[in-house]
Amino acid sequence: MIKSKNSYFEIERAGINTTFQDLGRQNLNHIGIPVSGAMDKRNYILANALLKKDLNSPVIEFAYQGPLLKYKGEEIFIVLTGNVKFQIVRENKKKIIGEPYHVYLIQNNDQIDIQSTNKSVYGYISISEDFILDKTWGSYSINTKAKIGSNNGEKLSNNQKIDIDHKKKKLTITNLNYVNSKIQYIRVLKSINFDFFSEKSKNIFFNKEFKVTKLSDRMGMRLEGQVLENVFNSNIKSEGLVKGVIQVPSDGNPIIMLSDHGTIGGYPKIANVISADFDKLVQMIPGSVIKFKQVSLDEAEKLFKLYKLETDNLINQI
Amino acid sequence: MIKNILNLGDASVYCDFGKDVNKEINNNVINYFNNLKDKNIEGITNITPSYNKLIISFDLDVTNFFKVKKIIENLEIKKENENKKKLIEIPICSEKKFTLDHNRLEKALKIKFDKILEIFFSKKYFCYMTGFIAGMPFLGDISDKLRAKRLETPRVKVPKGSIGLTEQFCNIYTYESPGGWNIIGNTPLEIFNKNNQKNPALINPGDTVKFKQITQDEYDKIKK
Repeated sequence: MIKSKNSYFEIERAGINTTFQDLGRQNLNHIGIPVSGAMDKRNYILANALLKKDLNSPVIEFAYQGPLLKYKGEEIFIVLTGNVKFQIVRENKKKIIGEPYHVYLIQNNDQIDIQSTNKSVYGYISISEDFILDKTWGSYSINTKAKIGSNNGEKLSNNQKIDIDHKKKKLTITNLNYVNSKIQYIRVLKSINFDFFSEKSKNIFFNKEFKVTKLSDRMGMRLEGQVLENVFNSNIKSEGLVKGVIQVPSDGNPIIMLSDHGTIGGYPKIANVISADFDKLVQMIPGSVIKFKQVSLDEAEKLFKLYKLETDNLINQI
Repeated sequence: MIKNILNLGDASVYCDFGKDVNKEINNNVINYFNNLKDKNIEGITNITPSYNKLIISFDLDVTNFFKVKKIIENLEIKKENENKKKLIEIPICSEKKFTLDHNRLEKALKIKFDKILEIFFSKKYFCYMTGFIAGMPFLGDISDKLRAKRLETPRVKVPKGSIGLTEQFCNIYTYESPGGWNIIGNTPLEIFNKNNQKNPALINPGDTVKFKQITQDEYDKIKK
C-alpha cells in the first residue's frame, strides 16, 4: 500500500514521557510481555471517539508535560483529552487557548503546545488522519522497558518526525462536555495473601491514608504511609501478576501494578484495585492521598458495568 | 490437580496447583496452560503459568469470574504432547568480565569458582516458566551445593545475556534489566527475538536446557 507521507508533526519538544498507545497487546504474559496500552482508558477512548475513529486507533499519550508539535501538511483535525492545559499557536502567531474534548482544525505550520496535565498525570492527543506506525504483536503501544511497539519501543524524542497518512477525512467540529471527576476512595478487593498481614496492618490498610510517591510510572505506583507488617512468611514463590494488584515487599510499603508491570513477581498481594477505578487511580499525582475501601466481587462487577455504561453514554453524546 | 480456584481482583482467576515447586506440579500447570490456550476461549486475555500457579485474566466486559471458573473446572485435559518440548543447548562464556559475582559466590558457597562452574555445567535444567521480563526463562533445579541468596541490593543494570543463580533456580537476562541474581557467565545467543513474532522466546516452559561452556573466541564468533 502506498501511503502519502507529505503530512507530519515535527516534535519541537518531546515532553517527559510521550509514547504511542492503543488498547495494548493480549495473550503474551506467558512470555513476559505485559499488556501495556493507554493508562487512562476512558480518556484514550474519548480521544478517538471525538474524531469518529476506530476506538483502538493509536494516540499520543503524555505525562505531566506534553509535547510541542509543529504541523506540516494539509489541514487535519485534532482533539486532546484528559485534564490538559494547552494552546494552539497559528502560523500568524495568534494564540488560541485550548480546551480538552474540543475538536480543532490544524493547518500547515500551526503549533500545538501541550503545557501540562493539570493536577493529573496522563493526557492524550488524537488526530483525524492516521499516524504511520509499525505494530508489534497486534498493538502500537510502546513499552519502553522491553523496547517493544511502534517507534522501536522508544519514547518520542526532540526533533523527531511523526509521519501521517493523509486521507482527507471529512469531519465536523464537535465538542463533548466532560469533567474528570475526583474520587474519594480507591476501591479494592482483598487479595490472595491478605491474611499474611497483622490485624493492625489490615486496619491500617483500610483506615489510614497512603501517599503516592514520585517512584510511580507506567509500570507501577509506589505508595508510602504506615508500614504494613507481614506476620506470615513473606517469601512466596514468584507467580503471575495482573494490573491493579497491590504487592507489599518486605519494607512494608505497597506497590500497585500498572499497565507495563512485570508479568511475574514474588511479593505478597494484599489487595487488588477494582477495574472500575483504574482510570482514576493512574491520574493521581505524586503527593496525592489514597484511601482504600473494600468492596465485594459482586459490587466490583456492578461498578465496572456502571463505569462502562458511563463511557458508552459519553460516546453516544458525540 | 488444581487445589484451589480463587479470584485475583475482579478480572482474573487464580489457580493454585499446590505449595511445592517440582517438575510434576509444574507439568500440570503447563498442561492446563496449553489446553486452555488451544481452546481460544472468548474473553480470556492472558494466561500466565508460573512454578505452581496459573493466572487467567479476562475482559470483564465479556465474561466474569464465575463463568471462567466454571470453564476451568470443566476443562477436559488432553494428554500432553511430549514432542513439543525441546532440549536446547545454550553456550556460556565464564571469562572473568562476565562473572560479576565470582567473589561473592566463592565466599557464600565456600567453593572455588572453577568447581562452581564444573557443578553448574554438569546438569541439565528444566524450564518452569518464562517472564518478569520478555522471554526470561526460570530454570531449575541447580545443585544443593550452589544455592545462594539473591543480592541484598539488586543491580540497577544486569548486562544482557547474563546467567544468574538464586536459590534452586537459574535464569538468563534476555535484555539489560535491573536484577539481583548472582551472575556467573554470559551467553552470546539471542534468547528473545521480538522480530520473530511467532516464536520470540528460544526457551519455553517444559523445555530442557543444557549449558555448554565456551571460550571468549567462540563467544565473539557467535556474537557476530
